[in-house]
Formats: sequence, C-alpha cells, structure tokens
Amino acid sequence: MKITRETVLYVADLAHLELPEDEVETYRQQLDQILTYVEKLNQLDTSGVDPLAQVVAAPADSATGWRSDETRDAGISAEALMAAPDASSPFFRVPKVIERES
Amino acid sequence: MESGISPDVLARYEAIIGLEVHAQLKTASKIFCACSTRFGDPPNSNVCPVCLGLPGTLPVINRRAVELAVRASLALNAQVQERSRFARKNYFYPDLPKGYQISMYELPLATAGWLEIEFDGQVKRIGITRLHMEEDAAKALHEGFPDSDRATYIDYNRCGTPLVEIVSEPDLRTPAEAQAYLEELKQTLEYIEVSDCNMEEGSLRCDANVSVRPRGDGKFGTKTEVKNLNSFRYLARALEYEIERQIAALEQGERILQETRLWNVAAGRTETMRSKEHAHDYRYFPEPDLLPVMIDAVWKQEILEAMPELPAAKRKRFVAEYGLTGYDARVLSATRELADYFEAVAGAGAAAKSAANWIEGELLRRLKESGSATPAERIAPAELAALIGRVESGEITAASGKRVFARMFETGEPAAKIIEAEGFGQISDSGEIERVVREIMEREPGNVAKYRAGNEGVLKFFVGQVMRATRGQANPQLVNETVKRLLAG
Repeated sequence: MKITRETVLYVADLAHLELPEDEVETYRQQLDQILTYVEKLNQLDTSGVDPLAQVVAAPADSATGWRSDETRDAGISAEALMAAPDASSPFFRVPKVIERES
Repeated sequence: MESGISPDVLARYEAIIGLEVHAQLKTASKIFCACSTRFGDPPNSNVCPVCLGLPGTLPVINRRAVELAVRASLALNAQVQERSRFARKNYFYPDLPKGYQISMYELPLATAGWLEIEFDGQVKRIGITRLHMEEDAAKALHEGFPDSDRATYIDYNRCGTPLVEIVSEPDLRTPAEAQAYLEELKQTLEYIEVSDCNMEEGSLRCDANVSVRPRGDGKFGTKTEVKNLNSFRYLARALEYEIERQIAALEQGERILQETRLWNVAAGRTETMRSKEHAHDYRYFPEPDLLPVMIDAVWKQEILEAMPELPAAKRKRFVAEYGLTGYDARVLSATRELADYFEAVAGAGAAAKSAANWIEGELLRRLKESGSATPAERIAPAELAALIGRVESGEITAASGKRVFARMFETGEPAAKIIEAEGFGQISDSGEIERVVREIMEREPGNVAKYRAGNEGVLKFFVGQVMRATRGQANPQLVNETVKRLLAG
C-alpha cells in the first residue's frame, strides 16, 4: 500500500477539496493503483537514456516556442470584470483572504 | 531596540544572511502573453484570457524575457544551463488566478554565480546559488475601500510580468553587508538594462533568510524568512531587528522557530505571518504547457558580446585610466549615464580630477535640486569641459566659474557666450585687480618713483602691465582707477 488515508486527506486539504468520509477510501485505493502502475516503469533500465523534459516537441524544435516581445491590447477588460463573480469596476473583488483552518 | 541586549552579548553571536531578490524584467509585454507590462495604467486594463487564467488558454514564452534573464545570469558570473524548465508552483491565492505560479524549480535558468561587494575597503565575493524566471502575481489591495474589512480588491495588470529571482548563498554576515550586496546587485541590473529596479514601484523586491549562531560555531542556526524589505533602509533595519530578536530568544534559552516573518514598517519590527505548517508544500511539477528553455552556445555568446561594462569593472578602470580615487570612481559610476557623461567631459579635454570635482559638486547638487536626472540635457559635456578649461587657465575665477555654471545649467547656453554676455570674462573684482597692481608696483619701484616725481606718462605703462598680467580680462576702467589711486600712495 503506497497511499495511506492520511495522505489522501492531506492532498485533499492542499487542493481545497472536502471529501465525504466514504470517498476517502475510494480515492485511497484509486491513487494507490495509479502509483503501483506507474512504478512498473522502474523495472526498465534507463541508465543510457537522456532525461526527457517535454513530450510535445523535440528539443531541436525549440525555436517554435518563442514569442517576440510585442504588446497587443486584448481589449477584454470590461468584459472580464462583468463576467467575474464579483467586481467593483475597475477592480475584481474577492472575499477577504483568510487562512483556512486546518 | 527594546530587547536591550548588551553589545557584549551581541558580539558573541554572528548572523548568517542570504537574500532572495525579485527583479521585474524590462520587457514591453508580459512573460506568457502580449499584454503590456506598463506600470501605473488603469487597474485591470492590461489583462487577457492568458494572464487571467481562463480555461483553454496556453502560455507562450517571451523570447526577450529569456534574453534579459540570461544577460543577468552572465553578469552575475552564473552558469547558464543549456536546458532549463518551467514548473508549476501550486497554491491558492487570488493574486494568481490559475491556482499556480509558473516558475522554475529543479532546473533553474542558471546556477553557481557570484557578485563581489566592496565593504570597509575589503572586497568580498558573495555566492549566488541560482537564478530563475517566473511570472509576477497580481496586486491585491487589502485596504482603502469601504468594505475592506471583508473584501480584497485585485488588479491583474502586474500578473504575468516577467521576473527573475536571484538567490544568494548565506554568505552575508551583517545588515550592512546585505545592504552593500543589494546595492551592487541593483546597480548591476540597472547597468545591463535588465530591470528598472525601482523599489517604490516594486520592480525590485527583497526577502531575507536570517539565522544567528554563537561566533565560532560551525553549524547554522534555525533560520527565519523575513519578507517585505523593499527599501535599503528597511532591509538594514529589519535585519538588525531580527538578528537581535533571535539573539535575545537564544539568550533566554528559547528555540528559534522556522517561520516566515513580515517586516512591519510602521511598528518597526518583524512579525509572524500566520500560516499553516504545510502552506509551503507547493507540489511543484514540470509545466506541461511549455517547452524546455533551450539556450544554445551561439545565443549565449551573442548576449555576452552585447554586455556593457559592469559597474565593478568601470570603477576599476576609472581609477586606473583617469587616476581617480576609489571614492570618485564610485560616485561617478553610480549610473551608466553619469559615468558616460564624466567620460565625455574628460574626453573633451577637461582634466579628469577637475571634471570629477565639477560633476560631483556643482552638477550633482543642481541635478538634485532641480529634480532632473539627465546631465547632458542641461549642459553638453563639451561645454562643461570648455568652462573647466577657462577656470583652470585662470581666465575666469573659480567663483565666476560657479556662477557661469549656474547660468549654463539654467539656460543651456555655451560657456563662452555666457562669459562674454555677462562680463564674467572681465576681472571686475577690485580686490583681485588691486593685488595685481601692487605686485607690479613692487616689481617696478623705479617707475613708481618716476610717477610720483610727476611723470604721468608712466600711468599708461602700469595699466598696460596689468592688462597683460590679466590677459586683457581686467575691467579697464577699474584698472585705471586702481592704478591712479595706488600710485598716488
């Protein structure tokens, strides 16, 4: 068993998730299975393989990723404020940030 | 401070300080989107779906931001990694709408650098652990609104501004050393035009890691992190406070808690930031939306070749090339602009030491008084050199020189024009003329006797001699009067 009940509760807390009691064991089992599955990779000998930083493009392709330093006004300021759950133009407004109790 | 510990006790301890400095990179657009980074724009005007963290958007790295960060790394003698990688730092706070900050973690942009500071005439090398790139967070306004007791207002203009974080080794031992390091770092980043380093506008921010240990101990004590040290004065005062607080605690047999403390400017003390124990579990993982940052040798070389002379090198050169004192070299190299100005004045023929004196005295004082920053806009370097030349040659007195300087500073007119128009070229100082006349009379006792015997023609001789001695600059009428008066005895 890789994942304990405490780990599930800890991760849920970091992610601001409130888990009903019956789901704690469900997630514990699922996360445990995922980790066990991924652990299979450790059976492979990767000593001669370069670490891979990304899977979406080869390093030789890295030039594709750049953006030149030019500005563009997205022009969505008013729209974004309107779509927000709460705003007092020109600001977004959020509840006073209070540390959650453990 | 209120702890009231004696200097003897303080002297038994040694402080260990490391600084984490965040500098905003001087780009036009944000690090992962095309919004402007301009400071002072109307709140939430420079926002787009990317920096507001709307679903379905993807970051695209600003090449210029990477270039500036590499330039900073090279200026700090750090090893730029061929491949570095962005990572997600996960935490919930409304200043980061995505729920994470794109930063770098296990593969930073550069490592193992150093910066030399000069302190008490000693040069000390301060190690730089790492330098990495990240995005800035939004500005959260907690005060000043009618409902500030229950609401926080957010301006996302700053969110996504490119930052470089520069982490020093724990090599600093006193608040004054920490201040010297921050000053040298700021000056270096300004010289290489990587950051404005405007502490009031927040483009340079500083946190410190502080611990104390009994002098001679090999082990570091437990450290605290002190945040909000955003001016040189606060840095020194907060460090002094924190060091004494820790020493006082140890002296009373208490343990230092590893925690984050905030410098309270108004109260003049550091205070515990309330936070949960695991608030620092950021669950970093590689940012899947961005490619690794590849810096090849060619690009690195280009950036290195475009590097301007750094402040430390300039100071050394000013001493070696112009024979300036270390003090003069430091003052004149405070900014690249001032250093260039000095070199232009010296290059236009002024003696280096005189140029230094005029710039450090008259020019800096008047620039400060007038609140302007660009010396060349006030007085062209060649004109200051011309003025210095006239003073040095004795053509105008030093006192007149200062008056001419003031007029040049106000009007921007050439030295020669002001000297002519305002009659500064003429020696109208009766004391000075009198001195010259007496000198000549002493040299010519025979002619004095002739005049006194009734030969009035000798008067012309004396006037001619005075005009020659003053190279024609003396006020002729005044010379006539003075000669007559003194010859009359």
